[in-house]
Amino acid sequence: MERTSFDIVVVGGGAAGLRAAIAAAESDPDLTIALVSKVYPMRSHTVSAEGGTAAVLRDYDSFELHALDTIKGSDFLADQDAVEFFVARCPEEIIRLEHWGCPWSRDEDGRVSQRAFGGMSVKRTVYAADKVGFHILHTLFQTSMKYDRIHRFDEYFVTSLIVDAGACTGVVALNLRGGSMVAIQGKATILATGGCGRVYEFTTNGFIKTGDGMALAYRAGVPLKDMEMVQFHPTCLPGTGILITEAARGEGGYLINKDGERYMQRYLPGKMELGPRDILSRAMVQEMKEGRAFEGPYGLYLGLDLRHLGAKKINERIPMVRELAEKYMGLDPVHEPIPVRPGQHYIMGGVSTNLKGETTLPGLYAVGETACVSINGANRLGSNSLSECLVFGAACGHAAVEFAKRRSTYPRGAAAREALKREEARVFDDLLGRERGKETVAGIRIEMQQLMERDVGIFREESALSDACGMLGKLRDRFASVGLADKDRVFNTELTAVLELDFMLDITMTIAHSARNRHESRGAHSRTDFPQRDDANYLKHTLAFQTDGPPRIDYVPVTITKWQPVERKY
Amino acid sequence: MVESEVVFRVKRYRPESGGRPTFQEYTIPYRSDMVVLDGLNYIKDHVDPTLTFRWSCRMGICGSCGADVNGQPRLTCGTYIRDVHKGAVTVEPLSNFPILKDLVVDFDDFLNKLASVTPYIVRKDWGDLTKEYVQYPEDVEAYRQQSLCINCMLCYAACPVFGSSPEFVGPAASALALRYNRDTRDQGADARLARLNTKTGIWECTFVGECSVVCPKDVDPAAAIQTLKFLATMRHMRRLLMPGASSR
Repeated sequence: MERTSFDIVVVGGGAAGLRAAIAAAESDPDLTIALVSKVYPMRSHTVSAEGGTAAVLRDYDSFELHALDTIKGSDFLADQDAVEFFVARCPEEIIRLEHWGCPWSRDEDGRVSQRAFGGMSVKRTVYAADKVGFHILHTLFQTSMKYDRIHRFDEYFVTSLIVDAGACTGVVALNLRGGSMVAIQGKATILATGGCGRVYEFTTNGFIKTGDGMALAYRAGVPLKDMEMVQFHPTCLPGTGILITEAARGEGGYLINKDGERYMQRYLPGKMELGPRDILSRAMVQEMKEGRAFEGPYGLYLGLDLRHLGAKKINERIPMVRELAEKYMGLDPVHEPIPVRPGQHYIMGGVSTNLKGETTLPGLYAVGETACVSINGANRLGSNSLSECLVFGAACGHAAVEFAKRRSTYPRGAAAREALKREEARVFDDLLGRERGKETVAGIRIEMQQLMERDVGIFREESALSDACGMLGKLRDRFASVGLADKDRVFNTELTAVLELDFMLDITMTIAHSARNRHESRGAHSRTDFPQRDDANYLKHTLAFQTDGPPRIDYVPVTITKWQPVERKY
Repeated sequence: MVESEVVFRVKRYRPESGGRPTFQEYTIPYRSDMVVLDGLNYIKDHVDPTLTFRWSCRMGICGSCGADVNGQPRLTCGTYIRDVHKGAVTVEPLSNFPILKDLVVDFDDFLNKLASVTPYIVRKDWGDLTKEYVQYPEDVEAYRQQSLCINCMLCYAACPVFGSSPEFVGPAASALALRYNRDTRDQGADARLARLNTKTGIWECTFVGECSVVCPKDVDPAAAIQTLKFLATMRHMRRLLMPGASSR
């Protein structure tokens, strides 16, 4: 019989989950680790990251500078102790990946290359052409095959955490291929399921990014932190939302409006195209409002002009940009600007953790985009997220091992059996039993995505946010009557879509309510009715707790070590 | 921007209903910028929610959405309907794999084969984490092409040898073995060549070359296998002439 009790259960097989699993496996040969993912790990969304990953590796740079850039980028909402911990550990993680075979791009002297990125004041971003996430993911996944003690549960969809006597003791998961539910018990459980971009209509995120880990923790009583902080990336392809990496600008690309003007000179002359993403996305919306954008079949857009870089540099440094533009826009960036517009890309918020990945529920950890430590505050700098997955993946893996070792026995089976029974009843008897009627999973999902796009987007204000909060409540009510046409248990992707939508409806409520309650503009959170940052009242993290109705909102202070908040000027 | 309609003929197989795979036809709205995956998603969202397939990144990098489209293995997210559509678009699960449901096939066999070629850096000692191993741009170039494999399995679907001898290690796993053997940081080449020099290894390949034709990332696994045959032969010769010596 397949083993179902482990020391560590990791949910999610992207960069953060794999790094945590390997850290746990390396720390002790006697430990057993379950790696549970709703997709084969190499399909995880880390694969789509393009531009690079940050670390201080050269004399011209310093931890102090990386920390300051990150904190300033965060509009002073990052916890500075976490940022200091983070920047000090990025170099060893990048070099570890190098030792494991990651094909980093190299300088002529044989050292790892670094490129410029938005909001980073020096060349700090390590890269492997513009397929950085792909190479990191495959390097980690293939390296994980070294360890027999990592037991993979590929294509298992986690539906609930098991909580026993005030601690998390594993997960209940739907085995997609077998069409059965299984309890996977662990002394410690790590959530590493990535972000929730699919709550928006126009996003760079893959189809699988539905905030599962965030919702699992939230339902177990763990607060979600800073969920109003949603990052919109300025350069996405109209129509599809496919990301064009910031490395295109790091390597010297221009943003132009329909008059051919490098319009960033009117918004951020000191940084131009290498400003942080929140500022660039707002500038784009402004250009659109003032009639200086191009018009296309999918609405307004601006131009990303790479022509002056030349074919050689484009092929060498950003080949995927050319591949994507040719394939999905039918144009060659060597000869034509690429149409781009802002789109949802990342969420700074997530499961509230400390810098070991610990949550308020003993035995439950979170890491990567799922988590909010927070090093990203109100706006993440490009190339800090992959490094975050590595640094905190390792830290969280080690912390979970320490916790598991303190528990001498495996969790008792009774709580797992009870959770399993409850989930079987909820998923198979209730959800799967519902007959298809007027409400469909696709119908409600599309309404939710359009609502988030319209009312909880780049610019926000009270009446739209209050509408959104009300409408989301109504969508939640309507969700109760969604029925299914597919009654099979094996690989029922209509059923998983229902489970994901259920998670996403929880997530959207936390985003909208957290945004409505923050009466200031900070980083990515721009309130047109409160245009200024308000340190006196809002230099604090939002916490959203689950209740029977809308989330309960609370706040905790930001940790300041040595960088006092000042006006964020570039 | 609806220009007209297009007919999708999709192969359906539902294990819980029993029976053999059958084709089902769907007529859906068509735009000239639609890829095959857009059509499948239109059907899933608006016509038939029971249609089952995998997808995620929709940008040709996650490798989830492979299927046979009009008889050719392709990534459905990167295949424009306008390029394949001759009356109807026929979509079937990738050949040569066990079908789980509709277009979803079982890839576990590949993951076991991948694990069997030691797909990671092997070293006797690892050095400390204060500095990287030196590797010049041309060193990276030596293995870059094989490192681009996204494990989409189109090459296995196209390989007639794998179709008739399922134990064959196959194109992608071989290409990834060569990727590590060509990496200046690695010291595990000998064990990988030994693995590939078995009866389920590279000698099964008859150099049909279809794997390289269908590869969406130009990994060229057929060439990788020919290179490995040469390296395995050299290793064999060296072992005959210089017993006890190991090859790199």
